[in-house]
Amino acid sequence: MSKVFIALQTNDDTRPIIESILADNPHAVPVESPAMIKIDAEGHLTVKRESISELIGRDFDLQELHTHLISLSGHIDESDDEFTLHWND
Amino acid sequence: MQIDLRTVSIKPQRQTYGHIARRFGDKPASRYQEGTFDLQPTANFHYRPTWDPDREIFDASRTRLTMKDWYAFKDPRQYYYGAWTLARARQQDTAESNFDFVESRNLGALLTEDVRRLALDMLLPLRHVAWGANMNNSSICAYGYGTAITQPCMFHAMDNLAIAQYLTRIGLLLGDTSSLATAKEHWLYAADWQGLRRYVEDCLVVQDWFELFVAQNLVLDGLVYPLFYKTLVEDELSLRGGTAVAMLTQFMTEWYAETAKWVDAQIKTACAESPDNAALVRGWVSAWQARALEAVMPLAQSALGERAGAAVDDLATQFAARVAKCGVPA
Amino acid sequence: MDMQVPKKKLGLKERYTLMTRDLAWDTTYQPKEKVYPYADYEGIKIHDWDKWEDPFRLTMDAYWKYQAEKERKLYAIIDAYSQSNGHLGVTDARYLNAIKIFLTAVTPLEHMAHRGFAHVGRAFPGAGARVACQMQAIDEMRHAQTQIHSLSNYNKYYNGFHDAPHMYDRVWYLSVPKSFFDDAITAGPFEFIVSVGFSFEYVLTNLLFVPFVSGAAYNGDMGTMTFGFSAQSDEARHMTLGLECIKFILEQDPANLPIVQRWIDKWCWRGVRLLSIVAMMMDYMLPKRVMSWKEAWEIYFEENGGALFKDLARYGIKMPACAEQIRQEKDHLSHQVWSAFYNYSGATDFHTWMPTEEEMQWLSQKYPDTFDKYYRPRFEFWREQQEKGNRFYNKTLPMLCQTCQIPMAFTEPGDPTKICYRERSYKGNKYHFCSDHCRHIFDNEPEKYVQAWLPVHQIYQGNCFPEGTDPTAPGFDPLAAVLEYYRINVGHDNGEFEGSEDHRNFEAWRGMAKRND
Repeated sequence: MSKVFIALQTNDDTRPIIESILADNPHAVPVESPAMIKIDAEGHLTVKRESISELIGRDFDLQELHTHLISLSGHIDESDDEFTLHWND
Repeated sequence: MQIDLRTVSIKPQRQTYGHIARRFGDKPASRYQEGTFDLQPTANFHYRPTWDPDREIFDASRTRLTMKDWYAFKDPRQYYYGAWTLARARQQDTAESNFDFVESRNLGALLTEDVRRLALDMLLPLRHVAWGANMNNSSICAYGYGTAITQPCMFHAMDNLAIAQYLTRIGLLLGDTSSLATAKEHWLYAADWQGLRRYVEDCLVVQDWFELFVAQNLVLDGLVYPLFYKTLVEDELSLRGGTAVAMLTQFMTEWYAETAKWVDAQIKTACAESPDNAALVRGWVSAWQARALEAVMPLAQSALGERAGAAVDDLATQFAARVAKCGVPA
Repeated sequence: MDMQVPKKKLGLKERYTLMTRDLAWDTTYQPKEKVYPYADYEGIKIHDWDKWEDPFRLTMDAYWKYQAEKERKLYAIIDAYSQSNGHLGVTDARYLNAIKIFLTAVTPLEHMAHRGFAHVGRAFPGAGARVACQMQAIDEMRHAQTQIHSLSNYNKYYNGFHDAPHMYDRVWYLSVPKSFFDDAITAGPFEFIVSVGFSFEYVLTNLLFVPFVSGAAYNGDMGTMTFGFSAQSDEARHMTLGLECIKFILEQDPANLPIVQRWIDKWCWRGVRLLSIVAMMMDYMLPKRVMSWKEAWEIYFEENGGALFKDLARYGIKMPACAEQIRQEKDHLSHQVWSAFYNYSGATDFHTWMPTEEEMQWLSQKYPDTFDKYYRPRFEFWREQQEKGNRFYNKTLPMLCQTCQIPMAFTEPGDPTKICYRERSYKGNKYHFCSDHCRHIFDNEPEKYVQAWLPVHQIYQGNCFPEGTDPTAPGFDPLAAVLEYYRINVGHDNGEFEGSEDHRNFEAWRGMAKRND
């Protein structure tokens, strides 16, 4: 299985996003660099709107991810509730 | 180590980039200037386009207009990406609250059936007109010359996409998906829309990018926006209790007022450059204006009934005055 | 009345369709071939544009909202950074030379991408694809401008930042990025999007914008960090567009496979050659290093690019043939390119230097198989010479590769002691190449590459002197005339870093910042 990844800036807005991604994807591995974090995961990785909303106490729109995203890899499946990266191999 | 940088006063070596200083002097320059002027390569291209092998990648001969300096086409709004995006985001906030206001108070339901019908019939096919404008402005950006005019045309292309999307939302708010489908049927087959559709499709194949700028941004928008958003929505529909519709098209009204100033500035610059340019622009305006007036006539009749003739005459008079003010010879 | 019926909420996908491709129609007053004249000539067969999957679904309202938020943050940081003389907080003024390369070599490419995506955003017959490309067209303008604006304050205090657009059209080493993008934009729309959207964005820009920009942050350059990460947040969309596009082309017709494979092979190699300058920026120009070029390469090319090729294997796409040479070169690339620029430092708008002993130790550790054996002795020799007052400048113009336009400085695969030369005769002329792969690219499209504006040829032909220059005048100095044509200010912009104006100013200004006298 290939790895997908998502890289985010590290700031106060992304703290709960990172926390919920790691909680929702137990197989994901965070790799920290100056000013950023890269989260690697075998095969697939899902970002869930509901988990983030719970952590921040307001409704989170998954498109808000665009503000903090640095990079990603894999195919994207996007709905109102989930943003998933995956490879098809 | 704590460095208190505030205490340092050091003298800059220069105030701006060399190409900006050569144009405007070595003084602090605006973000618009630094982000726009001389950005496009002009020399020593490596290969000819396989899609246009007779010309260079950027080639001033893609229009018959000639300019000593293509950066004379300044944008009075001084839009660079950041300024444009922030301006549009503010307008989008207003538009959003207008849509919320109409939706939450169910103002659509308070419209009389004939007002709602008229709004849907007349506005929804304009989605496709805006879509054509999107393609045409993308084309001007791609094949035009000099960042000063290509840059705002790409913004204009995206503005037009946004307008098509606002119109779609109006359709979904005052009607449903079938309203959009019906309007598209009208656009494709209803007799009174065919003149306009033919005009738009003919623009899609215009090769001279400045002619396209004239045909699309000056002539077509210059007649369609006042007719539909002013005469029909703000005057006619509001009188008949349709103020809610005017709230939903506020973006278009404000956008047109803003962008018309930019369009006029470009036409003025082109005509002031030389009598040859002025004659070219005159020719393009005359040819396209005649067709555009003919194309909107049946739509004005559907929308305004017997007052259509007078309304279109007014439109033509105002347009002629605008064009004259831009220095287009009579 | 029908308004009272509660409306079904549309899903993201359905709504987005109404907001984009439903706006389009099949023209009848003008034939399709005239409306989309560039759609067919590359031989790519598309049967059904409706099968296009939108790679991301941003309507303009959401686009403006999120982009405005990014812009507000970015410009607030740029303002604060300039107002507080943030440039004095970077680790070392040597670092700024990497940023000069960014402004002259990368920023103009962003503008080219802007125009190129406007072109394909008009040329594709599929409405969904057009909208995605148009959005990328304005994003790329954003990148060009945020870079120009972020670096504007450096230009006020340091040399070499002052004439990026002029230099991009003329300076010898900038013909490498320029010919790369000229190649892409002069290709048909499908090749353009494969080249930029796929090979370049997906496989390669990660290397520039992620580890290099993280390195900028590490070196205290808040301006570059901010525009870099902010730009890369758009790149995530662009990479997705590139990937979607290639999948779409491959799914449309099996006959598209060999064409796409050829493009991937070509652009992978073109991209690798272009990125060799980033290799040098990472290993030699960042005073504090986050990771070596080789490590970044392994993560973003081998691992991430590898995953992509594995994924595309089901369509029959194979890893490009150049992959093996690329694997071998990762141990050598940055050292060879830095050597070349050290040689030709008299003719660049940025400074070079020899690494310190501590830096050489880092390089030995990161490149245990190659640095001490092949590069350290040369660098120590140059350093010794420099200490004796013989700083080496190569004044002989180099031979350039006809395809990538890089001076012949790369070595034979398998023999890092021998410069690699290849040639090809075509219609009575001899053309030179840095590698088998560059020659192969030429062989596929000789009529294109014979047109190349090679800076060295142009200098010898007398085309690179300021207007009105008389090369027959007594005492004519051709190199000085070329530098004047480039607008490189001799003694200010070019040459050795040690003792340069930038070096002296930075030390003096920082000294003032640390004292209160």
